[in-house]
Amino acid sequence: MIWLSVAVFLAICITIALVRVFLGPTVPDRIVGLDTVNSIVVVSMVILGSAFQEVVLIDVAIVYALLSFVTTLFIAKYVEKGQF
Amino acid sequence: MPFLVGLVSAFIFYLLLTTSSGNLFLWSKAELITGAIFALTVGAVTTKLAAEKGFRILTPMRWFLFFAYSVGPFFWAMAKANVDIVYRVITGRINPGIVKISPNLKTDIGLTLLANSITLTPGTLTVDVDEETNDLYIHWINVRKETLEKMPRDYRDICGTLPDWARRLAG
Amino acid sequence: MTLDITIYAFIAIGCFFNLMATIGLHRFPDFYTRLHAATKCSTFGSIFLVLAVIIHSLRAWVIEGLSSPQSVLSIHAFIALIALLVTNPTGAHAIARAGYRSGVKPVQAVIDDLEGKEYD
Repeated sequence: MIWLSVAVFLAICITIALVRVFLGPTVPDRIVGLDTVNSIVVVSMVILGSAFQEVVLIDVAIVYALLSFVTTLFIAKYVEKGQF
Repeated sequence: MPFLVGLVSAFIFYLLLTTSSGNLFLWSKAELITGAIFALTVGAVTTKLAAEKGFRILTPMRWFLFFAYSVGPFFWAMAKANVDIVYRVITGRINPGIVKISPNLKTDIGLTLLANSITLTPGTLTVDVDEETNDLYIHWINVRKETLEKMPRDYRDICGTLPDWARRLAG
Repeated sequence: MTLDITIYAFIAIGCFFNLMATIGLHRFPDFYTRLHAATKCSTFGSIFLVLAVIIHSLRAWVIEGLSSPQSVLSIHAFIALIALLVTNPTGAHAIARAGYRSGVKPVQAVIDDLEGKEYD
């Protein structure tokens, strides 16, 4: 039960960070918001894995963490150069 | 030696990922054999890489030092950093600037370790790196006037003893 | 009993710091200071939340015996924590560098050593 309430709390955090993604005046601001959302999503997957006693969710969290890192690097490279 | 380190670490990693799959202590026979094959492959592939790059960090003594570093000074600095950031989030008191430091590190892996440590410790964030002279450009959230006056800036004012640790860990 | 209190304390610390990371995104004036708040606080909060999960499942592992599936949960959560710890600051460097090179300057900056430097 405690794990589910933590997951709901993290969902609220994700919503607050998403507001920054929509508002952000510059592109790097939006990327910072996206990065925060990604790391909170990884944590909430671990929390949900513990809540439902499912190991699969934690495996997905590992893969998600690595893939979101690659995504961040590519978006950063795009912003820096203007092209891939 | 690099072959053995690669093999053992790959095998341990595989065993960690497949616990509670059978009755040989924690693992099944099939998983142990598959893990051994994969570990041999990984060890054979990474030997050349490790010999070329000269990863001196791959010695057990340095691993122990790294563990001591990450639970001791690094974690303490990280806790201080977070209390500091929470204080600044609540009060909104900032005084930012970008400063340059010369940590005198020679290897890439040491520089990576230092840059990651700096990002997670009080009030500092690595922005850019000069690849020829190994200088780091750091965004500092609360710039002190005294540090700015000396021109080759003293890194001890900005990020404490972290560069000394990075030098000890990875040359 | 002590472990229960530890788990609840870790959860409280983790939730607090994750909330502070997202509030910091709105409180700070420019992109670099927002990156400070986002990276540091969300990494620290994640460490404590995942540690709470690890302690919870380790206790279940000890109670249920050696071959319990709880071992998988705790070890995989630990690997997820390591992945998060390595990737989070590195991604922050990439964003900061890209932001500076795309022309976003720090607001209210006292000093800027990087100004006017040539990029290759």
